[in-house]
Amino acid sequence: MLNAPFDLWFPIASSSDLAPRHVFHAQLFGQEYAAWRADDGYVNLWENRCLHRGVRLSIGINDGAELKCQYHGWRYANRTAGCTYIPAHPADAPARTICNNKFPVAEAHGMIWTRPDGRTDAPPPLLSEPLSDDAIVLRPLPVNAPSELAAEVLLTYRFHPEGDNSSAAVTASRVAPFTVSLTSEAGGHTARLTLFVQPVDLGRTIIRGWLSGVTTPAVPLLQAHDAGLQVLRDRCEALARALPRPEATAPVYPPVPAELADLPATARSGGAAALRVTVSRKWPVAQGVMAFELRPLRGILPTSQPGAHIDVTLPNGLVRQYSLVNAPGETAHWVIGVKRETPSGGGSACLHDVVREGDVLAVSAPRNNFPLRQDASMTTFIAGGIGLTPLLAMAQTLHHRGLPFALHAFAASPAHLAFADRIAALRPHSRTHFGRTPDETATDLKDLLAGYAPGRHVYICGPGPMLETARRIAADLGWPDAAVHFEYFKNTTPLDLSSTFEISLARSALTLTVPPGRSILDVLRDNGVEVPSSCGQGACGTCAVALLEGEALHQDVYLNAGDRRANHTILTCVSRAVSPCLVLDV
Amino acid sequence: MTERRCTDPVILNQWHPLHPADQMEATRVTRTILLEEPLCHALDANGAPLVWPSAGSAPRLDGSQPSPLPARLAYGFLWACLGTPPDDLFPFPETAEPDRRNLATGTFGVHVSAGRAIENFLDMGHFPFVHTGILGEEPHTEVKEYDVEIASTRDEVLATRCRFYQPKAAASSTSGAEVEYIYRVPHINCAILYKSSPNDLERRDAIALFVQPVGPEQVIAHTFMSVLDNDSSDTGIRLFQQTIFGQDKPILENQFPRRLPLAPRAETPIRADKSSIAYRRWLSSKGLTYGVIPAVAE
Repeated sequence: MLNAPFDLWFPIASSSDLAPRHVFHAQLFGQEYAAWRADDGYVNLWENRCLHRGVRLSIGINDGAELKCQYHGWRYANRTAGCTYIPAHPADAPARTICNNKFPVAEAHGMIWTRPDGRTDAPPPLLSEPLSDDAIVLRPLPVNAPSELAAEVLLTYRFHPEGDNSSAAVTASRVAPFTVSLTSEAGGHTARLTLFVQPVDLGRTIIRGWLSGVTTPAVPLLQAHDAGLQVLRDRCEALARALPRPEATAPVYPPVPAELADLPATARSGGAAALRVTVSRKWPVAQGVMAFELRPLRGILPTSQPGAHIDVTLPNGLVRQYSLVNAPGETAHWVIGVKRETPSGGGSACLHDVVREGDVLAVSAPRNNFPLRQDASMTTFIAGGIGLTPLLAMAQTLHHRGLPFALHAFAASPAHLAFADRIAALRPHSRTHFGRTPDETATDLKDLLAGYAPGRHVYICGPGPMLETARRIAADLGWPDAAVHFEYFKNTTPLDLSSTFEISLARSALTLTVPPGRSILDVLRDNGVEVPSSCGQGACGTCAVALLEGEALHQDVYLNAGDRRANHTILTCVSRAVSPCLVLDV
Repeated sequence: MTERRCTDPVILNQWHPLHPADQMEATRVTRTILLEEPLCHALDANGAPLVWPSAGSAPRLDGSQPSPLPARLAYGFLWACLGTPPDDLFPFPETAEPDRRNLATGTFGVHVSAGRAIENFLDMGHFPFVHTGILGEEPHTEVKEYDVEIASTRDEVLATRCRFYQPKAAASSTSGAEVEYIYRVPHINCAILYKSSPNDLERRDAIALFVQPVGPEQVIAHTFMSVLDNDSSDTGIRLFQQTIFGQDKPILENQFPRRLPLAPRAETPIRADKSSIAYRRWLSSKGLTYGVIPAVAE
């Protein structure tokens, strides 16, 4: 094993190597990295290996917001490295924990830096040092020699501050194990050259550097250094040939997390990991609608997918669900839109009236119970009011990928249309419908849903009555259940909690009784069985479990008619039993 | 037993493909490498196959070859074994059907392990991304549920009910269709796929990949077809296969580690990878160590 100083920062690329929409292959101590810059400027530095089947990500596609693996088209998000989409299973949300291995990264002085031990507690060396504005980055020079040898040879480098061949007073020293600092003085001019040796592996090195105190035109000066350093390279390689050739360093392939090793039965997203976020911005986006931009207190936010929501714990103790509006690659913050409900149950009023910019909120990791298929020949989004938010995230995703879609946003008036800027950016694929009566809305929906063909999908989110109408019209026009995707804000079904029945837990060999007034979820939790849940009213789908035997009394608004007929799934927070006993896959 | 560079009996005691039979001529000696051993092979004047270690000596065909190896001709290829071979090669009965064309469709050197090459052959999920416009096409990316088992009748991995949308599934196809596949892995380094023939709805074309392990991370992949196609020319079929393999090769050569990792936590499987999981477990159960990274008991 290599005895490498992993607690140091090393330059591994020039900033200019990370050209727009390019993926750069870097290497340090035998470990390969895929380095890419997203359109928002963020530099990602990942292990150069897709966790699915090990294909180098440096041959992948940087689309500006995500990196797409060449082998199976898996998409990984800017900043988080989390997988956002697995094309082989378009109906599922990928498990949120599929995440490529990331490395610390810093960009400074025209170079990209990392630290092999993964720690970020100290900044790269020399970065705190002021560097004059005229500093220029040298062309990197690969050398077939160990870095220690290269550093020794670089101490003998001689150059003139203005790049000519006359003599100059040069001083040189090793200022750090992999850094050589040289100063050259002549004719009243002083130039300072800082050179770094990047150990690609034990026998190969890349020399990087920058030059400050430059007074003459840069290009001839760079040419002079190129020529001078190439002479040193030749000398270095001649010396290296006399040494025993070190073996190439074997890279380390860390194992994936244990929970990813097993084949998932079906995709489940969940996890109530509490995160702390700051309200970095709060602003009105429509009449009665406030947008909130949330940023992590430290580190980065977990990966989200279009359609995902988060639980927000409010200062008054209430927990509410809000969909993320984020576009692909928009990973530095989350954006939610909150409509003031009248009368408010205390959630939206608290966010509107109490929560301010700078406040800290506890939120859950994103859950995606409303996943977007990205394999449709045409996708129609029908949004009513604030039901726009998850559909906006979806439409922005398809727009970014250049896939066919149409977004129809219904609102009472232009003043009631939230995120109008984002909708406008989707033109001509977005359309607004203002001030439509229920009958007019139904007429519009009949137009929008006419002409079902296999490959078409529709996603609907909005107030309950509009959703019911849209679903009914879709069914009348021949849309199969599997092509109609919907999300309710809330469940207005009157709940019958009067029955008593048994639940038998197949995996834990436990039989429990659910009494009147208690939900299956309550009884599971009372007995120490942890099932994720979110909205608690049968709208979001987080608490769904597989139903193995027995007939359910479905009281949720999450499952579609086909799901209910199949009788394979039950939402444990509201649904109950018709038969005396339900066997659950828990 | 002779000292071999490879010491894994699981792979030494197998028949391995060495050369397409239709490209061998009587008495012409050809060199190759199997499991790091340089070999010579030829057909004698009677057309019988001969394989022997070349060990640096000039290749000769005068009956004085040192220690000839077990060798046979089957399914369009010359096969040989460096250890003690099983009596029979795996069955491939379609090749005996009189109305089929049996054709060696191309041999490709690839810098990858045999296991990675077989696993790629079993994989449908990459069709839209690697064989774009031919074996798959976005947005038709879904890998539907399929069944995988270790066949009850013989020791092989069997995947059935595999369905995938293909814009041009064979050299003779002109339009897209959902194609049904069956995959067999009857040998640690050989796999056969069967797919609905565009020319006979009742029967299936068979396409085989026979991998010759040159070293643990280097293979020669031999492709073979047994098809119901009287229209396409040999050259047309070979060019089609060359296109397909030419698309796979750069992916395979950018896969790391190059050896197939057998530990469950080495990579991240999804439901579409059921056949590869079964294949990795099957290799593990055989105790294979060559060309793989064996799972270490935790």
